[in-house]
Amino acid sequence: MPSSTPGKKARPLSPHLQVYRPQLTSGLSIFNRITGIGLAFGLPVFVIWLLALSKDAATYDQFLHCAHSTIGTILLMGWSWAFAFHLCMGVRHLLWDMGLFLDIKDVYKTGYVALAASVVLTIGIWIKMLLVQI
Amino acid sequence: MKKKKQNSFRTTLGKVRAMGSAKSGTHHWMLMRLTSVALLFLILYPIMGFFLYAVYGGREGALQWLHSPVAATGVVLFLIVGFHHAANGLQVVIEDYVHCNCAKSISLFLVKSIAASCAILGVLATLKIFFGV
Repeated sequence: MPSSTPGKKARPLSPHLQVYRPQLTSGLSIFNRITGIGLAFGLPVFVIWLLALSKDAATYDQFLHCAHSTIGTILLMGWSWAFAFHLCMGVRHLLWDMGLFLDIKDVYKTGYVALAASVVLTIGIWIKMLLVQI
Repeated sequence: MKKKKQNSFRTTLGKVRAMGSAKSGTHHWMLMRLTSVALLFLILYPIMGFFLYAVYGGREGALQWLHSPVAATGVVLFLIVGFHHAANGLQVVIEDYVHCNCAKSISLFLVKSIAASCAILGVLATLKIFFGV
């Protein structure tokens, strides 16, 4: 809060990230936010793909050239995991909203399940891709 | 109406400030949930298509895929709901970390307008492909 606001005193704050012991719960929450931001930046790439596709073969080749570069491949793999992770964490949030798995043991359990599911889903996506012939 | 002091849930500080509630948070909260449920069903199909054709190339295959009304509908719905979810999600992040009113307003405006523009661009590109490139 800006200290210049009249009538507002400096009030005690809840513990910041820096002084908080790392936990699975907070870690997953932070990563859910980071992957969400990452995916928001991935969405325009999806649009660029559509634009390149709608233009001509040369433009599409340029897009493929970027996508197949080392950075492009790392980004695509990163986005596929971020997508899987954010999806699993989103399902966990929706279950919480329904009032399920809210005690601390269940929060940890679903946390591990979501983490494992995101890895399985990512590997699944890439295996399915390798199996498909086009 | 007679007001009983002990029945009020407002804090004394809240009463002095007399701002009331923002009256708009529930809508945003609900939209995040609704779009996330919608995305659960909408996301896999277009994303698999994207990864498949971005990794393997196959321009002809991708074009043929988007010539189908079902695929084009899926992609258009995904673009609209996806950008809505992304913009509203980024809004929460900005509101959490950007406290300067000016920077906050500008970044919120930028996020919303860029998201809307990208969504429209994507939809038009999809329609162009659907009606034949």
